[in-house]
Amino acid sequence: MPLTIYDLMKEKGSYLPGSAACPGCGATLAFRIASRVLGPNTVYVVPASCFSVIQSPFPKSAVGAPLYNIAFPAAAATASGVWRAFKTLNKEVNVVVWAGDGGTVDIGLQALSGAAERGENIIYVCYDNEAYMNTGIQRSGATPPYALTKTTPTGKREPSKDMPLIVAAHRVPYVATASVGYPFDLAKKFEKAKRIKGFKYIHIFSPCPPGWDYPVEKTAEIGKLAVDTYFWPLYEIENGKLKITLKPRRKPLKEFIRLQGRFRKMSDEEIAELEKMVVERWKFLEHLEKSERIF
Amino acid sequence: MSSVEGDIIIPVSKPSPGSAGDTGLWRVFKPVVHEDRCIKCWLCWLYCPEEVISEGENGFPEINYSYCKGCGVCADVCPKDAIEMVPD
Repeated sequence: MPLTIYDLMKEKGSYLPGSAACPGCGATLAFRIASRVLGPNTVYVVPASCFSVIQSPFPKSAVGAPLYNIAFPAAAATASGVWRAFKTLNKEVNVVVWAGDGGTVDIGLQALSGAAERGENIIYVCYDNEAYMNTGIQRSGATPPYALTKTTPTGKREPSKDMPLIVAAHRVPYVATASVGYPFDLAKKFEKAKRIKGFKYIHIFSPCPPGWDYPVEKTAEIGKLAVDTYFWPLYEIENGKLKITLKPRRKPLKEFIRLQGRFRKMSDEEIAELEKMVVERWKFLEHLEKSERIF
Repeated sequence: MSSVEGDIIIPVSKPSPGSAGDTGLWRVFKPVVHEDRCIKCWLCWLYCPEEVISEGENGFPEINYSYCKGCGVCADVCPKDAIEMVPD
């Protein structure tokens, strides 16, 4: 199906305006696009995250679809149960986990790993704002090196977890990364995930204006710059075969770093060091792309 | 006993726009569409994080000011600078 802006506009999304999200939120932008592709026949499972606050200030909800709010570590386990219940009733329903990076790379990892290993027919989406933003910007396993958070006031010293490859190592049928800066790429990946049977994982780069300390109107621009500077490569792994879906001409990492207050303490040498890591990782992905099967 | 049963609150939130109230009140700057410059590429619609832009009766983008939080992403992505942020 050729995906155009008019195709997306025709679909009815599940997101309702006037939610509790901050202005310029990357998570709601990603959800708007994703819910259009997933369609109305979808049940969402949301663990504790920004998104559980965004969609459910009682007594109104900002998501026009069935949605479970569930405890931090239990999202993938709950989604497994929901899908099995529908299977027993002979119903074809998309079961989607919409979790933050804390609920995926740190606290929700064991349930996610279990569900991936069992091959549950669910789509696990991690919208990654690279820290625990909902509780006030604490570092998470997805926080990039040198980023300032409330618990790393001099900058994080450790590299972040490579979550998409960790999930891909479970030999699941589909793993992809996406960015809110490239909504069509994101929509295509959801379109693909919807059609594949088995465990699907999509990791979305989702900028956060208050947490990353940048001007609110730059959400889309930062989403694009992350991809263009190779900081966030867009790729998909289908049945073990890795394919980089967007190969832009590389921009200097400085353009991406200097827009954000969370990197304000980085010196030029540290930026050069991070740039070296980022380029090395890109080369590693290009190397993986050449092999027939990586897992 | 029946009155007690009537008081039971089922913790289910009903889908509704404006779940956090009239979020348009949060706005400091207000996006205004200049229709003479608009080429209807709909990038503003695509990148709006709040789903407040829709196709108006005249075919140009129309902004729902009761929920628009004034983030300015639409003005930032507009290739023709057809959306201007003015103090609200």
